[in-house]
Amino acid sequence: MGCSVLDHCVTQEAESTDVPPSLLASGLLALKFPIILLTMTKLLEWVFGVSVIGAAWALVTFDLLNLRLPVAYKEVAWPMPVYLLVVFGCYSLATVGYRVATFNDCEEASKELQDQIKEAKEDLRKKGLKM
Amino acid sequence: MASHSNGDKYSVLLPTYNERENLPLIVWLLVKYFGESGYEYEIIVIDDGSPDGTLEVAEQLQKIYGEDKILLRPRAKKLGLGTAYIHGIKHARGNYVFIMDADLSHHPKFIPEFIKKQREGGYDLVSGTRYRGDGGVYGWDLRRKLISRGANYVTQVLLRPGASDLTGSFRLYKKEVLVSLVERCVSKGYVFQMEMIVRARQLNYTIGEVPISFVDRVYGESKLGGNEIVSFLKGLLTLFATT
Repeated sequence: MGCSVLDHCVTQEAESTDVPPSLLASGLLALKFPIILLTMTKLLEWVFGVSVIGAAWALVTFDLLNLRLPVAYKEVAWPMPVYLLVVFGCYSLATVGYRVATFNDCEEASKELQDQIKEAKEDLRKKGLKM
Repeated sequence: MASHSNGDKYSVLLPTYNERENLPLIVWLLVKYFGESGYEYEIIVIDDGSPDGTLEVAEQLQKIYGEDKILLRPRAKKLGLGTAYIHGIKHARGNYVFIMDADLSHHPKFIPEFIKKQREGGYDLVSGTRYRGDGGVYGWDLRRKLISRGANYVTQVLLRPGASDLTGSFRLYKKEVLVSLVERCVSKGYVFQMEMIVRARQLNYTIGEVPISFVDRVYGESKLGGNEIVSFLKGLLTLFATT
């Protein structure tokens, strides 16, 4: 929504001033980018994040910019994706396992409820409720 | 008991379907805890044409507790939770709204804690959580706990919602916040409650949490089947891709 407003502003501004529309357009394009960043869906955030990390990984592993980094960097970087996935997998299992194990069983809550149900039924009967 | 009124009034929305047995009990508990706390309240029963006579029981309760305390907003048939809330709030006189289940899985004893938490932080919404503090569940076997925690973990990773319990439905909202959120939510079932929290984050509403105990007396009768899990995942992925 914000973007169409900006586009409209470009044409309006271009008509009313002497500034070349192309300069205004690129200026406003620079403004659009933060808006996109701020209103990205979670999916887009993931795609963006994975792309950035993926690009960095490819850069180091395949030496895309001919940086001539030490071999050690490449050797460490190369298995990183699989390694990180495995670490994440283990962390997830451990976290869910821990949370299941420490999931509170509300025994007293159930007992209290049973007692209160009895009390409520009695009281309501006195007040004239026909169950 | 000291009256902590402040001029605040709390409307409790109770959507019901075949709760003939439970409705009197939940109303009795609400009257008890609100009465003890001194807060102003009203209970709004939204019955979706229950064939078991829930509305009739509600009418009896109205006679016992008064029409200013028990309001009836029945509907002809089962129409869904979002619309039930909208229908219920229409004539609500509270500036705060509680939503909760009418089947006694949510206990009114937590209501003063919700109110205290809301006042502490001025929160736009306060969510009851089964997963933090001394929150918990009664009546779930290992399988059910595993599914619950597993699904919640996936939701946390994908949506990073800033609340620990997204499918919970024991919550306190500022009235205008509830109205603005229900307008924007399109999902059904579990996912509806999740979407409410996600949209609240989007709109920068503040969210507080209160640990609650959830006593599941229904689980034995209706196991969480494959269908529900699939529709939950579909809903989750939709939220992931659109919010």
